[in-house]
Amino acid sequence: MLSRRIIPCLDVRDGQVVKGVRFRDHVVMGEIVDLAWRYRDEGADELVFYDITASPEGRSVDRTWVEKVARVIDIPFCVAGGIRSVDEARAVLHAGADKISVNSPALERPELIDELAAAFGVQCVVVGIDSLHDADGEWRVRQYTGDPSKTRVLPRGTLDWMVEAQQRGAGEIVLNCMGSDGVRRGYDLDQLSIARAICHVPLVASGGAGAPEHFRNVFVEADVDGALAASVFHAGIIAIPALKRYLSGQGVPVRL
Amino acid sequence: MDFRSGGVRVSVVLVDAGGTNIGSVRYALQRLGVDAALTSDAATIRGADKVILPGVGAAGPGMARLRELGLVELLRLLRQPVLGVCLGMQLLCAHSEEGDTECLGVIPATVRRFAEAPGVRVPHMGWNQLRAERVHPLLAGLGDDDQAYFVHSYAVPVCDFTLASTDHAGAFSAVVARANFHGMQFHPERSGAVGARLLKNFLSL
Repeated sequence: MLSRRIIPCLDVRDGQVVKGVRFRDHVVMGEIVDLAWRYRDEGADELVFYDITASPEGRSVDRTWVEKVARVIDIPFCVAGGIRSVDEARAVLHAGADKISVNSPALERPELIDELAAAFGVQCVVVGIDSLHDADGEWRVRQYTGDPSKTRVLPRGTLDWMVEAQQRGAGEIVLNCMGSDGVRRGYDLDQLSIARAICHVPLVASGGAGAPEHFRNVFVEADVDGALAASVFHAGIIAIPALKRYLSGQGVPVRL
Repeated sequence: MDFRSGGVRVSVVLVDAGGTNIGSVRYALQRLGVDAALTSDAATIRGADKVILPGVGAAGPGMARLRELGLVELLRLLRQPVLGVCLGMQLLCAHSEEGDTECLGVIPATVRRFAEAPGVRVPHMGWNQLRAERVHPLLAGLGDDDQAYFVHSYAVPVCDFTLASTDHAGAFSAVVARANFHGMQFHPERSGAVGARLLKNFLSL
């Protein structure tokens, strides 16, 4: 049976791993390769690196650290941040990344998803979606969330965009529920359950993990394939081996 | 780790057919102490002790690239141990439903798309259990709970050449072998200690 994935997310800024609360006020958490190795050793199933300032600054990912990680790490990893073209994606994949994730650039030019899927296959193409519940009750997509001064609210509904992204060739969707991000009160089960119903490719939940039960709930109630978290792992609040033993005891299939 | 045979270092080549995971496979071999040459040169491939055909992408472009490089007949006639990884394994088969592609045909099997069904996500992406179906040196040391990392939408059904199977909407071939040709549907280079063990087994064949 396919295991549910535990995915530490490493937000990268200026060559170091950082974490902010609700996407603001970033604090340095450590060196990229050190943290990557620690998580691999603890049993992380996959790693995601977000170069959070690349897209707002209009540049692509720094590939030197991608290659360093690829040499050392023997679990899959995905790289995100300002990838705007097939050529930029190819460079990151050739540096050793297993998947690339696009978010803001895909909103700028949705055809990018089609081009990436055609060039590398859908299995390499992850679409990240930053979503927030607006006052009128709609979930809408945000762009350039790496820099609060540049973040834009788009008229696009989150679910509409999720359908379109799959039609264009997304092989996986990471849904970051911004309203719950960084505050450790649990994943947004309502939004993720609704997203699950229309998401036929693997769906990864992001935003809100604070306790082992939150992981159990998001796997059991929202039926997501993977759960992504950052600060609870970086700060040592949740240890991955204990989390996986707990999930296994709760009947959630995991890799021990 | 040192892979020697009769006092001579074993030479391993990675066939450069344009797959994006070539770098990762090469690094995985380096972690095992083997410096594999990346090549599309016929003489180098023919002269190697072990040949690995990696590959991520689609079957049609994969075969087109092998034809362009003039490697199709050469690969079919190899006598040394050959390992196809992911798409590389699928290219060893007779035919793929992906783009209705004729492949190398050294393993007489057809590659089929996963049937989408409720709760079955395609692509099959993540860690899944390997179940040994036969005893084979390629599977030496494989434990009952060992998992490997898969990313694919097409698979080889369980057949006479299946060494290990995995379940995703029914069983499919995770590891295959026929004579000197071997295939792994998952990514050993990204499957932690289990993947390293299986790659080591291949290098020791």
